[in-house]
Amino acid sequence: MRDFLLLLADNTQILGHRLGEWCGHGPELEIDMAMTNLALDLIGQSRNYYQYAAELEGAGRTEDDLAYLRDAREFRNCLLVEQPNGDFARTVARNFLFDSWHFFFLEALCQSSDERLAAIAVKSLKEVTYHLRWSSEWVIRLGDGTEESHRRIQDAFDHLWTYRGELLTPAPFETEATSAGYGVDLLSIKPRVEEKLTDILSRATLRRPEDAWMQSGGKTGRHSEHLGYLLAEMQYVQRAYPNSVW
Amino acid sequence: MKTETDMASINEIWNWLETVVDPEIPVLTILDMGIVRRIEIRENDQVAVSEFDGRTNGEVTFHPENAQVTLFITPTYTGCPAMNMIAAHISMEMATHGFTDISVREVLQPAWTTDWIPESARQKLREYGIAPPEQAARAERLLFSEVSVACPRCQSRNTEKLAEYGSTACKALYRCKDCLEPFDYFKCH
Repeated sequence: MRDFLLLLADNTQILGHRLGEWCGHGPELEIDMAMTNLALDLIGQSRNYYQYAAELEGAGRTEDDLAYLRDAREFRNCLLVEQPNGDFARTVARNFLFDSWHFFFLEALCQSSDERLAAIAVKSLKEVTYHLRWSSEWVIRLGDGTEESHRRIQDAFDHLWTYRGELLTPAPFETEATSAGYGVDLLSIKPRVEEKLTDILSRATLRRPEDAWMQSGGKTGRHSEHLGYLLAEMQYVQRAYPNSVW
Repeated sequence: MKTETDMASINEIWNWLETVVDPEIPVLTILDMGIVRRIEIRENDQVAVSEFDGRTNGEVTFHPENAQVTLFITPTYTGCPAMNMIAAHISMEMATHGFTDISVREVLQPAWTTDWIPESARQKLREYGIAPPEQAARAERLLFSEVSVACPRCQSRNTEKLAEYGSTACKALYRCKDCLEPFDYFKCH
């Protein structure tokens, strides 16, 4: 269960950190605020999972230890969320690919046999409903916008498509979680995720990239080079000033 | 020995909590928001639990300096930075009334919803310039339908959304096309 919790915690923590990198750099003030608010929600959600994981471990570690004192190989997040922000279109496409999976994943997790996980899911789903709406609207606006915005968001989807498969491909600890009843059967949510993707992409006048070779490895600790740089920044304070607390 | 005048009741605690406001929206108290779900008091062998809904066991009394009090609060948004401040304000309020053993704990279930905000508090929001949540918070409707929001100043429904996220995660930014004022809308949650 610990690995499953860390998958959820690391996904939300790393994407939250990426969105936080936009703070002060958004293309418009409203977008800047939206992205930092999304980051806040995601990091808040990750805290719920980290706290739970730390309690289960019972080794005296805290949520901060799990977020700030593990190395890249111990992170369980999907490769998608650690990909660099790129331009705004790249960030929107990454968020949409994540949100359109996250929403249906949480919907299913609300039925988890583990009460605490189900409670976190019910709570998070309310927030993620708005995340999905926000990224869907921006995919449509950019895709069905100017020639340049269309080209950029299409490029973004073409580039990120290879990271999409991992979201719907269970790691061994997820299969275990599903059979134990507290996890989510990724196969069962797949049709709804696909339907959402197809619907929004077509409304955005975008071409759905071919499903070709899909990257994987993040869930078992084999990450792209980007995660190390991200952690170097995210964990800097805790590494430089050990045991500092809020 | 303590005298009767040193005793406090659970009803009094609820009244004290009524003076703690939401730091982001200071016209609303934390009870308007439904943030405090339950109070638990323990003194020697006696334990009393009072739920927010119905304010049960309000008559039970005890000695603040001998009692352990636990207040259960529920976060509005999981990442809401106001929660730490709210917990600190609750502890301070209890301390001013003589409590020394105070703990504030978070509960996630049932998940907080804007449906808990009563009409009286919605009116306070309007007067403050924030449009209150429009409809019952149900995920499908939020995802697939556009909400019509009334301007808190002129009540016109001829308004438009400027941004999904406003000054805080719980609000969106709108503009009234009649009186031309921009305003915050407290989103359904």
